Amino acid sequence: MDTLIAVGSVGVLGVLLGVIIGVVAKAFAVEVDERIEQVEEMLPGANCGGCGFAGCADFAKGVVGERATPAQCPVCSTEDVLKISEYLGIAAEEKEKKVALVRCSGDIPNTVRSLYNGVRDCRSAVLVAGGAKGCDYGCLGFGSCAEACPFGAIEMRDGLAIVHKDLCVGCENCVAACPKSLIVMVPAAATTHVYCNSPEKGAVKRKVCKTACIACRKCVKASGEEDYMEIDGFLIRSNYENPPGPDLVEAAECPTTALRVDAEHVKGAYGGEA
Amino acid sequence: MSEETPTIQLPDPAKLVVSNSPHMRDKPTIDRIMFTVVLAMAPACIAALLFFGLAALKVLVISTVSCVLAEEAWNKMMKRAPTWKDGSAILSGILLGMNFNAGAPWWICVIGGFLAMILGKQLYGGLGYNPFNPVLVARVGLLIGFPGIMTTWDKPELGTLLIDGVTAATPLGLAPGETVLQDMMLGNVGGCLGETSALALLIGGAILIWKKLIKWEVPLAFIGTVFIITGAMHLVNPELYHSPFVHVLSGGLLLGAFFMATDMVTSPMTHKGAWFFGLGCGLITSLIRLFGSYPEGVSFAILFMNALTPLIDRGTIRKPFGYVAPAKGEA
Amino acid sequence: MSDKPRKFKGGVHPNDSKALSAQKPIKEAPLLDSYKVIMHQNIGAPPDLVVKKGDAVKKGSLLAKAGGFVSVPLHSPTSGTVKLIDKVPGPTGISVPCIEITADGEDEWGSPFEPIADWTATDPAELRQRVWDAGVVGMGGAAFPSHVKLSPPEDKPVDMLILNGAECEPYLTADHRLMLEQAEEVVIGGSILARILGLDGCVIGVESNKPDAIEMLKKAAAGTSVRVQDLPVNYPQGAEKQLIYAITGREVPVGALPMDIGCVVQNVASAAAVYDAVVKGLPSIERITTVTGKPLVDPGNWKFRIGTPISKALELAGGITEQPAKLLLGGPMMGIAQSSLDVTTMKNTSGILLIAQDEVSQYTSEPCIRCGRCVDCCPMQILPATISQAVENHRFDWAEKLNVMACIECGSCSYSCPSHRPLNQQFKRAKVEIRAGLRKKG
Repeated sequence: MDTLIAVGSVGVLGVLLGVIIGVVAKAFAVEVDERIEQVEEMLPGANCGGCGFAGCADFAKGVVGERATPAQCPVCSTEDVLKISEYLGIAAEEKEKKVALVRCSGDIPNTVRSLYNGVRDCRSAVLVAGGAKGCDYGCLGFGSCAEACPFGAIEMRDGLAIVHKDLCVGCENCVAACPKSLIVMVPAAATTHVYCNSPEKGAVKRKVCKTACIACRKCVKASGEEDYMEIDGFLIRSNYENPPGPDLVEAAECPTTALRVDAEHVKGAYGGEA
Repeated sequence: MSEETPTIQLPDPAKLVVSNSPHMRDKPTIDRIMFTVVLAMAPACIAALLFFGLAALKVLVISTVSCVLAEEAWNKMMKRAPTWKDGSAILSGILLGMNFNAGAPWWICVIGGFLAMILGKQLYGGLGYNPFNPVLVARVGLLIGFPGIMTTWDKPELGTLLIDGVTAATPLGLAPGETVLQDMMLGNVGGCLGETSALALLIGGAILIWKKLIKWEVPLAFIGTVFIITGAMHLVNPELYHSPFVHVLSGGLLLGAFFMATDMVTSPMTHKGAWFFGLGCGLITSLIRLFGSYPEGVSFAILFMNALTPLIDRGTIRKPFGYVAPAKGEA
Repeated sequence: MSDKPRKFKGGVHPNDSKALSAQKPIKEAPLLDSYKVIMHQNIGAPPDLVVKKGDAVKKGSLLAKAGGFVSVPLHSPTSGTVKLIDKVPGPTGISVPCIEITADGEDEWGSPFEPIADWTATDPAELRQRVWDAGVVGMGGAAFPSHVKLSPPEDKPVDMLILNGAECEPYLTADHRLMLEQAEEVVIGGSILARILGLDGCVIGVESNKPDAIEMLKKAAAGTSVRVQDLPVNYPQGAEKQLIYAITGREVPVGALPMDIGCVVQNVASAAAVYDAVVKGLPSIERITTVTGKPLVDPGNWKFRIGTPISKALELAGGITEQPAKLLLGGPMMGIAQSSLDVTTMKNTSGILLIAQDEVSQYTSEPCIRCGRCVDCCPMQILPATISQAVENHRFDWAEKLNVMACIECGSCSYSCPSHRPLNQQFKRAKVEIRAGLRKKG
């Protein structure tokens, strides 16, 4: 008998509460623009924050509320942007895909480093002797960028951050994480880059790094009439308005291998000259 | 080869380490701290051996070994480096052994070891991350799982090698008036290995306080609170309630107050927090002992306060040197 | 006469190892072939260069003039010719520009100013100007321009001048020897500083582990209104806030300056430099530095001119007997680890220290066992262990709420940590991030 009462009362209570919840849900329902939900579904859902909004749901709200354009999502492919624009009936913007580039080729075998003992992350290491590296401008190799990357696109290899272009969506989280401001966003279409960031004189750079750009201008000369390369003090950069192709690397015969094709750089095909 | 070096030798810059200051450090390390605590346990261990003979030795050794093995097995499984050298597992093992009856079967020690190390410590991430005292987790787990074994106490016999298996009640289980304070002080009473000799525990506690390994506020507040509350109740009705001295000297109170409640990982970090912690432990222990259905409440009290430790820590954030209230301090 | 000093809460007692060099009299370092004077030696704005390549300069000639109010001029350590170098290894590990003076061997004086004959009758403003012109900075470590501290704004009256002779850092004995051998100069320097501030006298705070220095100072101060105060031995007794508390009982509010509570603290070496500037008319181009450490053959105290490479200093100390683990500028608690022997001494280089392999602190990230040792020893009474957790979780907002900004980076917490956690570095990081966050907010 006792059991029956117990079961009965709990049952009744359950039904009662269920009814209350149902009524409340109906009565106090919040009007939601269903477009927001739809747009959110079309977004990649990475919640990387690369757009400047607090995650994809917030961004979707922004897009529907016309505070943002679909192209601002760094992760969306061109098709995604088209799809969302079509759904909302707005004009699709052209979107050029950008990827991160770590402008350093100084891995452990090729650079001078002092022994370091302390917190293993770049932003802390930089507070001690500027990161215990001979070069004041290069990759510290503790992987703060790799940690910041929500897509696992940055690999730490031999104390050097290497971007896997196919995985990088261009959210720019790594750009903010690097204490040396080493990482820049470049068009994904560009394949050939100068992997050096040091504005020092060539002789100074060579003392601490075997693969630094020494501004010998061989690559500039190899470009011939084309302005593939830009000179910036003692540092040469690819001109991303008119980026060089992989063939320039061979033509230039960069003596330090600072000029590299990204696919080969990822494979580890280059080494410093002994 | 005695080489004369006429030239002055200078350091090799490539071998110089750079790191943040400070560049010196104090001597204590984790293992040193742990082994000092083990040393502080020695008087109580010796007392246990004196009263319970080889049986006590067996229990202590099995508990310690199973704690270490449990931890190492876990480390192996998780692919972590061995950690037994830091001494924390050994310390837990000895403390766990002190919680058993001398006649406890071997398998209960082994289960206890696994409960303490895996359930009490490693599941949370290992040393430093466990919210509850691992030994007490094991003790309470066993108390609930095997109440018979965990509340049967062998009668101690000074200088014995093999105890004869006659059981005795813990003083708290006796009626008021049947207890002998002198026996309790020395340890000639029924109870687990660690709660027999109050004197040995006091010596150990003194070592810990002297070495500054525990905050003296915890045992003082703990024992003081129990003394005052049980004393008040004793004055109200001496027929029903034990004298405060019995309460203080019996059960796991001294063991708990000096060795369990003061566990660094699970007790508050500030001295102010330590007062609250000890007070809470004392209060709950007294309530359970006086009004609860268990004769013993120390373990539950400490576990409960362990859970409150983050809260106490948050509540006792001290003001820095030269603190100014944010309103006018923002210049 | 001597009030009982107050004891600040916390602190640690590291093995001071001062015996290595405490009994070694100050020696004048021999003239070198060249000096590499690092341009930016003070906190604040870098000075503006006034010489160019190939210029001939005399010892004491102006090399660079102050680049603002919080900036001091730089003078040549010897006579010779100027060479400009953009990059030499700096003490913080980042390459810095420097002025190299190739010595001509004459070492001829060319001080830009005359001695002030009777400083007791000179206008305080003129004395202050002299301190500035001579390029005197806080020689205890921070290298904060001295004249700035001597110019309190009108709404902040100063009633207390303290000379910091605590020298609480282990190993260092430079200030100790200075107070012992040049007690009178320190006392007169202090009196000049007091006059600039419009005060009657000052208090020299010295840790009681230097009884001989205290005695000499007391002798030198007899008959003046300078008082010598012995202080309990407790690191960081020489930290500005702790020193003020010990002597006056006043607490410098978090985020405020000693000036806000009417105090000015100057290092004893700075006081001696002020004496040189005023009474002798010499700019600040040299300082006493302790070269010490167990791996050294002959530790001692030397008077180095600014721009002396560490390698030369180590040679003077007889070189090493074993490879040290670390080379530091400054003491073991707050010194900066170096990875190059080409770094040169500056106005605030109080020590060049070699740390042996067996006494070095190796940081690991063993878990915090919440032992509370750091909490007990923190002289600023913050909670290092808790803040460390916040930083590890990248919660700089928590760290800020837990008053990490009050941290003076004395290193007591890391020193006492049995898990060898890099607490100090974490706090430094937190402070940098919080300041960056504040800047972003505007």
